[in-house]
Amino acid sequence: MNAREQLITFITIVIKEFTRFTRIWQQTLLPPVITTSLYFIIFGNLIGPRIGQMDGFNYIDFIVPGLILMSVITNSYSNVVTSFFGAKFQRSLEEMLVSPTPNYVILLGYITGGVARGIIVGLIVTIVSLLFSDLRIHSVGVLISIVVLTAVLFSLGGFTNGVFARSFDDVSIVPTFILTPLTYLGGIFYSIHLLPDFWQGVSLGNPILYMINAFRFGFLGISDISLWLSYLIIGIFILVLFAINLHFLSRGHGIRH
Amino acid sequence: MTPALEILSLYKTYQNGVTALHGIDLQVAEGDFFALLGPNGAGKSTVIGIISSLVNKTSGTVRIFGVDIKNDFPRAKSFIGVVPQEFNFNVFETPWQILLNQAGYYGIPRGLARQRAEKYLSQMGLWDKRDSQARDLSGGMKRRLMIARSLVHQPRLLILDEPTAGVDIEIRRSMWDFLRKINREGTTIILTTHYLEEAESLCRNIAILDEGHLIENTSMRLLLRKVHMETFVLDLEQPLAQLPPGLSIKAQLLDEYTLEVEIIKDQNLNDLYQQLAREDIRVRSMRNKANRLEQLFVHLVGQNNNSERAA
Repeated sequence: MNAREQLITFITIVIKEFTRFTRIWQQTLLPPVITTSLYFIIFGNLIGPRIGQMDGFNYIDFIVPGLILMSVITNSYSNVVTSFFGAKFQRSLEEMLVSPTPNYVILLGYITGGVARGIIVGLIVTIVSLLFSDLRIHSVGVLISIVVLTAVLFSLGGFTNGVFARSFDDVSIVPTFILTPLTYLGGIFYSIHLLPDFWQGVSLGNPILYMINAFRFGFLGISDISLWLSYLIIGIFILVLFAINLHFLSRGHGIRH
Repeated sequence: MTPALEILSLYKTYQNGVTALHGIDLQVAEGDFFALLGPNGAGKSTVIGIISSLVNKTSGTVRIFGVDIKNDFPRAKSFIGVVPQEFNFNVFETPWQILLNQAGYYGIPRGLARQRAEKYLSQMGLWDKRDSQARDLSGGMKRRLMIARSLVHQPRLLILDEPTAGVDIEIRRSMWDFLRKINREGTTIILTTHYLEEAESLCRNIAILDEGHLIENTSMRLLLRKVHMETFVLDLEQPLAQLPPGLSIKAQLLDEYTLEVEIIKDQNLNDLYQQLAREDIRVRSMRNKANRLEQLFVHLVGQNNNSERAA
């Protein structure tokens, strides 16, 4: 396949993915909006005023960036894992596998689909958050780069999960038992400076902490940790997961006999 | 001329230790209509899986139009279209989307993809259903959808794994006509089927696999010459109480109106009719008890199983 044909193939996969998650928007785009709206109402309007300020900001303003990024993380991850595993389960993945499509184009196509859903949901949640808080933007560049890189990272994670999954249970295990706890403990609702030294140290082992803090920096200009360290860690994870996924695709792990 | 498909010493052992292919050699000429037959579990789907990249071979060589899959699998795959045994499309997509996507996976620009999708959906009688979800199509329509999908990139080699399973006879025959047409136009076709009448009617050359071994690989004409005996069922005009003693042909009465006779290769049907006329037996109609290829197939597979047991 020449470069033009590969581009056509890539666009085909992206359109297919985009069509899939917009066709079932009631399952993909609506639920995160309802969930995060509830967070805004409960933590922002009801409990937030009693908590007071966090790192010099109203509590609702402090938690909004984390909640937006949480919806980006869960949606980019679940889009890729459900779509890829669904294609495996229905065997429609074979359409792609028997074609000359290079493995990296398959991977990039699915990742772009996951990033698209993550960012669309993130945008909707951001718009809803304007009803509850006075969002200000400190750095557009940091915001865009962090949200895109985070969506890429978790789309890659979803792809790895999809490759290994053998049943629908396997699709939900990682988001339920790993992703959600790490997200909640990643500093969405609090600054890690509130924690004792030991738990601060433990929190630094959570990669999601770096993304949430970098994203919060984009909005509020504050972060518990270095911005460049966040970029470095996200970058390393992306490279490692990309290489792992390509390796499994070329070996045919879970998709070829 | 470069063969459409060349397989040399192909082995496949699955992770569970089952060896599905024991070093088969096979060649399919360009333009051929080739039957790949065998009982369930013979290894046919494994061969097709290896050719289409869904199964990794253990060892051996596979070349598609001279391109070794080991050296340039993407290019080799661009030559082939596959119609698998089981439905493998997204049931929530429409036939139109399925064909456009398939064309996209082969790098075909959208405009050309639309033209081809319309062409093949129309030829398969699915144009009216182009916007229905695939899950709402009948079994026959789903089979035709998979054929249309496999053709959208206009492959030089089309591999059909049980394409007419569960399809009614009318649609099956229209599919046969279509396959003959595209074969005449130059597409090489490899067909696996359990309908041996289908293979006999369509294919010029044939290979029979059994338990991962190639037990026959020849032309259909030469293979059918090996049929040394045919059994006919005769419907009689008058009831017959018992077989006449003067009949020298091996025969048995199934009931008083039905006679079954076995004709050996060297005998001709005139002998049979002369003997029946002498005994004043009048025949209303006659049919083959079984398809000729079916008789031979059962014989060859049975022979292979016996020799394996003896070994």
